[in-house]
Amino acid sequence: MTSTELNDYAGHSGTRVRSPATEKHQPEPLNPQWNNVRAPDSRVKTSNALAAVPNKWRVLKALIHNPNAVCGLVFLALVILAALIAPLIYPGDPLAMVARPFLWPGQNPAYPLGTDSMGRDVLAGILHGARVSLFVGLVATALGLTFGVLVGATAGYFGGWIDDLLVRLIEIFQTMPSFVLLVVMVAIAQPTASTITLAIAIITWPTVARLARAEFRTIREKDFVMAARSLGYGHARIIFLEILPNALPPIIVTSSVMVAGAILMESALSFMGLGDPNVVSWGSMIGAGRELIRTAWYLTALPGIAIVFTVLSLNLIGDGLNDALNPRFTQER
Amino acid sequence: MSALTRVGRTLKRTSLQAIPTVFGIVIINFFLLQLAPGDAADVLAGEAGAATEETMAAIRSRFGLDNPLLVQLFNYLDNLAHFSLGFSPRYGMPVADLIGQRLPGTLLLMVVALAIAIVLGLALGSLMSVFAGRLPDRLLSVFSLLFYSIPSFWIGLMLIVLFSVKLGWLPSGGSGTIGSSTTGLAGVWEKARYMILPATSLALFYVAIYARLTRAAMLEIKSQDFVRTAAAKGLSPTIITVRHILRNALIPITTMAGMHIGGMLGGAVVVETVYSWPGLGRLAFEAVMGRDFTVLLGILLLSGLLVIFANAAVDLLHAWLDPRIGERS
Repeated sequence: MTSTELNDYAGHSGTRVRSPATEKHQPEPLNPQWNNVRAPDSRVKTSNALAAVPNKWRVLKALIHNPNAVCGLVFLALVILAALIAPLIYPGDPLAMVARPFLWPGQNPAYPLGTDSMGRDVLAGILHGARVSLFVGLVATALGLTFGVLVGATAGYFGGWIDDLLVRLIEIFQTMPSFVLLVVMVAIAQPTASTITLAIAIITWPTVARLARAEFRTIREKDFVMAARSLGYGHARIIFLEILPNALPPIIVTSSVMVAGAILMESALSFMGLGDPNVVSWGSMIGAGRELIRTAWYLTALPGIAIVFTVLSLNLIGDGLNDALNPRFTQER
Repeated sequence: MSALTRVGRTLKRTSLQAIPTVFGIVIINFFLLQLAPGDAADVLAGEAGAATEETMAAIRSRFGLDNPLLVQLFNYLDNLAHFSLGFSPRYGMPVADLIGQRLPGTLLLMVVALAIAIVLGLALGSLMSVFAGRLPDRLLSVFSLLFYSIPSFWIGLMLIVLFSVKLGWLPSGGSGTIGSSTTGLAGVWEKARYMILPATSLALFYVAIYARLTRAAMLEIKSQDFVRTAAAKGLSPTIITVRHILRNALIPITTMAGMHIGGMLGGAVVVETVYSWPGLGRLAFEAVMGRDFTVLLGILLLSGLLVIFANAAVDLLHAWLDPRIGERS
C-alpha cells in the first residue's frame, strides 16, 4: 500500500520523465520553473528514435549507480539461478526421503543444510521452492497488472458512469480483508499452483487499477492527448500508445513490489496448509518445521531466510526503480 | 461552516457511500461461497464418521441449505435486515454470539499492533528525515526495507524460538494463563506478556511502511513556506518538527492506517495461527475449513463494516488535524 501512496506522489513527477510518446507530443514544458530540469533533453529532441535511447539508458544507469538496487539485482539473479539449476543438481523429487531424519546443517557434508523430520534434503527443498515462489510471484503479478491496468485505464480515460461503476467495484474489493478472501478462494478452488496464482491476481488488481486510474485521469487532460484526439485517433490508440507509456513509471515501480507481495502471500498460504500439496514450497517447509520448533528450529529458519532474501531483493529493486524513474522525487529525499 | 456541520456532513456522505459497498460485499461473497464444493452438512457428516442420506437431508433442511439459491440469499438478507447474522450449523449458536466471543481478542491485538507500528514508524521516520541522505538514514532505510520483507508468520516463529524456547521470558502462545485469577496491575502485565510477541510480529511489517511514509511526508513538508516562516519567527527546530511538520505528516499516515485495518485482519489470520490466539482470524480459517458459510459471510461483512468505520474515523481525524479538509468538501 505504501508503495502505491508513494507512487501517487511520484506519479506527478513521473510524467516528467520523457518517454518516446512524450517526446512527440509535448514539446514545451508545462511548468516553467522546471525548465532547467528539462534542458538536457532539448538537445536530443531532433530525432524521436535518438531520444528514446538515452532515456532508457539513463534509467538503467541510475539503477546501476544505486548500490541498493545493484544488491537487489544480484540477489534476484541468485534466486533465479537457484530456480534454474534446481532440477540439474537435484533431479529427483525434493519430497522424497534421502537420508536419516533430523540431520543438522553441517553434520553430513552430503546434505549441507541438513534433513527434515522425514529425511528430506532441506537444500533440495529450498532450491526447488524457488521455482514455485518465482512462478507464482511473476505470473500473479502479470495477471494482476494486466487486469488492473485495463480496468484503471477504462475508468480513468472514459470517466462518467463507467468510472463510478468501476470505482465502486474497486472499493468493494478493497474493503474486504484481502488475505481472508484469498484463503476463501483457494480453499474453494482446491489449492494448486495455478489456482493460487489466479487468486492472488484477483486480490491484487484493485491496487493497480486505482493507481492506473489516477494516472490516466491526470494525463487525459494534457495537451498532447487533446492533439491526438483532434487528429482523429481512436480510443484504443490513445489509451495504449499515447497515455499508457506516460502512465507506466509508477506502475513499473509497483510491479516489483507486487511480485514481492505475491511471494509473501503464497508462502503464508502454504504455511497454513493451503499450498499445492504436490510441490515443495518455502511456506510449506516452514509449516512442517513449525511442529518441531523446540528441537529443530533450523527447519523453520532456513526456508524463511530464503523468503526474506528473495522478497528483500525485489523490494530493493523496486526502491531503485522508484529513484531512477522519478528523479525529482529523489533529489528531495 | 461550524465544526459540527462539517462532522455531520462527513458522516452523511460516508454512510451513503457505505450502503452500496456493504450490499456488494454480501452479494459477491454469497455467490463466491456457493461455488465451493461441499457444504456444512458434508463436513458435519464427515466428522460424525457416518451419516445416512436421510440425516444429511435433515441437516440440510434444518439450516435451509436445500432451498434454491435465490431463496437462501433472500433469507440471508432478510436476517440482516433484522440485525441478525444467522445461525451457525457447525457451532450450533448464533453467528453474532460466535463473532462477539472472538472479536475483542482480535481487536485488542490489532489496536496494540497498530499503536506499536505507528509509534515506532513515526519515531524511525522522523529520525530518517532529520538525517536525510546521511549514514543513519541509509542504514534505517535498509532496515525498514528488511522489516517490510519479512513474512509475519516467520518472524513470529523466530521470536518464539528466541524469547520462549531459548530465553524462556515470554509464553509461546495462547491469550492468558488458564485458571489465572490475578487482578489489577499484575493481571494487566499477565495479559501483556501474552500480547507482546503476537502484536510485535503483526506490527513489524507496518512499522516499515509508516517509517518510509513519515520520512517522505516530512521531507515534502519541510520544503514548504510555512515551515520557513516558522523558522523565521525564531521557533526552535524541535518545536517546528513536532508541531508544524509532524502534525501535517500525520495526514498521509492516518489515511494509510485506516486503509490497513482490512489488511491487518488478514495478517491476524496468520499470526493467530502461529500463536494459537483465539481470535476472529482463526475463526475465519476454521469456518472456511468447516464450510460454515454463515459464519464466514458474517466475518466478511463485519470486517467490511470495520474498514468503513475506520475510514470514517480517519476522515473525522483529518478534519481535526487540518481544518482546510472539511471546508473543501
